[in-house]
Amino acid sequence: MTLNGWAQIALFCVLVLLLTRPLGGYLDNVMAGRRTLLSPVLLPVERGFYRLAGIDPAEEQSWWVYARAMVVLHIVGFAFLYLLLRVQDLLPLNPQGLSGVAPDLAGNTAVSFLTNTNWQNYGGESTMSYLSQMAGLSVQNFLSAATGIALAVALVRGFARAESKGIGNFWADLVRVTLYVLLPFCLLLTVFYVWQGVPQNLSSYVEATTLEGARQTIAQGPVASQLAIKMLGTNGGGFFNANSAHPYENPTALSNLVQMLSIFAIGAALTNLFGRAVGDERQGWAILAAMGVLFLAGVLVCYGAEAGGNPLIGALGVDNAAGNMEGKEVRFGAPLSALFAVITTAASCGAVNAMLDSFMPLGGLIPLLNILLGEIIIGGVGAGLYGMLLFAILAIFLAGLMVGRTPEYVGKKIEAREVKFTMLAILCCPLAILGFTALASVIPVGLAGPANAGPHGFSEILYAYASAAGNNGSAFGGLTGNTIFYNGTLAVAMMVGRFAIIIPMLAVAGSLASKRKAAISAGTFPTHGGLFVGLLVGAVLIVGGLTFLPALALGPIAEHFALLAGSLF
Amino acid sequence: MLRHFRASLVTLVLMTALLGIAYPLAMVGVAGAAFPGQAGGSLLQKDGKVVGSSLIGQSFTGDTYFHGRLSATTDTDPADSTKTVAAPYNAANSMGSNLGPTSKALVDRVKEDADRLGRGVPVDLVTTSGSGLDPHISPEAAAWQVARVARARGLPEVELQALVTRHTEGRMYGLLGEPRVNVLQLNLALDALPRR
Repeated sequence: MTLNGWAQIALFCVLVLLLTRPLGGYLDNVMAGRRTLLSPVLLPVERGFYRLAGIDPAEEQSWWVYARAMVVLHIVGFAFLYLLLRVQDLLPLNPQGLSGVAPDLAGNTAVSFLTNTNWQNYGGESTMSYLSQMAGLSVQNFLSAATGIALAVALVRGFARAESKGIGNFWADLVRVTLYVLLPFCLLLTVFYVWQGVPQNLSSYVEATTLEGARQTIAQGPVASQLAIKMLGTNGGGFFNANSAHPYENPTALSNLVQMLSIFAIGAALTNLFGRAVGDERQGWAILAAMGVLFLAGVLVCYGAEAGGNPLIGALGVDNAAGNMEGKEVRFGAPLSALFAVITTAASCGAVNAMLDSFMPLGGLIPLLNILLGEIIIGGVGAGLYGMLLFAILAIFLAGLMVGRTPEYVGKKIEAREVKFTMLAILCCPLAILGFTALASVIPVGLAGPANAGPHGFSEILYAYASAAGNNGSAFGGLTGNTIFYNGTLAVAMMVGRFAIIIPMLAVAGSLASKRKAAISAGTFPTHGGLFVGLLVGAVLIVGGLTFLPALALGPIAEHFALLAGSLF
Repeated sequence: MLRHFRASLVTLVLMTALLGIAYPLAMVGVAGAAFPGQAGGSLLQKDGKVVGSSLIGQSFTGDTYFHGRLSATTDTDPADSTKTVAAPYNAANSMGSNLGPTSKALVDRVKEDADRLGRGVPVDLVTTSGSGLDPHISPEAAAWQVARVARARGLPEVELQALVTRHTEGRMYGLLGEPRVNVLQLNLALDALPRR
């Protein structure tokens, strides 16, 4: 580890903190339907949209109606994207003449992009036409991100409102986030990325003759516009197979910094929105602090492991000073590769700027653990906040049990109904992850997947299902996932990870919204201080740790000790 | 329910038109006008022919050129389309090796290269990059190759060392990223040196 490495990490953290409050205020204004800087331009567009769609944006929806609207949009979106991928060979903007996507892969990919996972069992430049990337995948990048933010705001309204039947209007939330937040920022980010070197064209792939006289085909495309939303919406699906390790998709250390910031920006800002909505910004900072503790601990371990290098390679007389460079790019080195890996898995982004499969055992353990803890360290846009608020409900419930009184959180009594739905949401993911991992580890079609042998092969399987159910999308990429078995089971895991959390979460939101606000008294447990932050971190670690420790012991932890003993597989 | 279907259909159609067509196409126009070089892929030309991109590494195997990182990219086997074959720096199929840290294949490969290149070789010369297209090597990795290239070209080592130094880029703003040398640009400069 170097001073420069830590300076870059510190710079990143400071910039995120500086963005949190202003962006939180802006998001709060947008989601409440107040006038903003962009209203003069966008308000007519927004109104026209409502008219065509037959929506009354002021109509309040109950949690059940809100959930139904969301599910119907997903069904229609799936059908459209699946069809588009299947027939891309018949459509324009396909200069390489790529064929239609096979049914199982198209289904997996459609689920993947609808659920904001962006797990990719394909390489972008060798599979997807420009039209599929733009009009199919990118559109779902926007919509799945907007859905996540809308859902988080719906839960926040549950805490903020009193004796209310409604939790907002799904369509209005979706349209406002997209028009006022995602699209304007993406316009700016696209221009910035092109300036840094990211291509944005519709040309066919370039044929170059190298200095040594060989032919090199260089993939092109409208990369920058897709990259912008891929990071800002924490989608993570690469235009190219190598994702943000590809020099076209992340050309410089500056583009890398902006990509990392845009992964965290909205997720961090939503904690501030939460604080504003419940009338006490400290409540938001406390949530962000708990996320920050878990994040920094992850960075420390992951950076340490990667900077230390692979001792098995060092033993061969190689100068290991630069750290573990297998699967990494020189312009990023160990520090920025490790930092990016922790950020992308803390948030459920899943973009990578280095190949996680080639990380050291403990370096790869951290991304895996971040996902297994439930994608609540900043988390996916929206998903991180509602995930963490569910853990807050759990933590406050545990605290209530310890002192023997009804728990309250930001003025709302937490009772049996909320705790039951919270536990349902929290337990579904582990069931999908561990169940499918166990299945794939014993049947031949599952065992055919891993590229590496030994404990690392098991880690590849575990990572795949964790990434799918966590809606992350990053991978230990050696796993051959484009088979009927993996396409199918991973798609199921992605759906469980999205809907089995969202629907109980909305039920909690509806239940909370209908309650009265409890008056704050001397006996109220303060939830903006260090004790609550500690309790929340503890709840996350205990639930995640107890659930997944045995599986982690079989994978990365076993591999770590094998490495120390010099065993190869 | 029917209302939701109508709203979903309209949302999808309008959003696809706006976000999936208008937005990327407008950005193609803006990018092409503001930054034509970058938008077009940062291509490098020599004698009117495209020799590559300043952002995309290419394969160098001869002694007269500096070599880049190892590349794990593959291509379809021309003899059997269900199989793949190694094809380093295939810029139409980016990928890493995905070999884990305890992989025997990894350690065997590094051992073979390290034995050939000698003790103390910088780690970036014996490892594959994440994309398989890394355009850079570390300044140490460039310095490691100076003697070989000088011998093959019959040039004095100090001249090559100076060339490497001129092509070494520091951290951005003295802080971001790592020091590096762009291999293709270094080799283009090498070819432009007066012959003797």
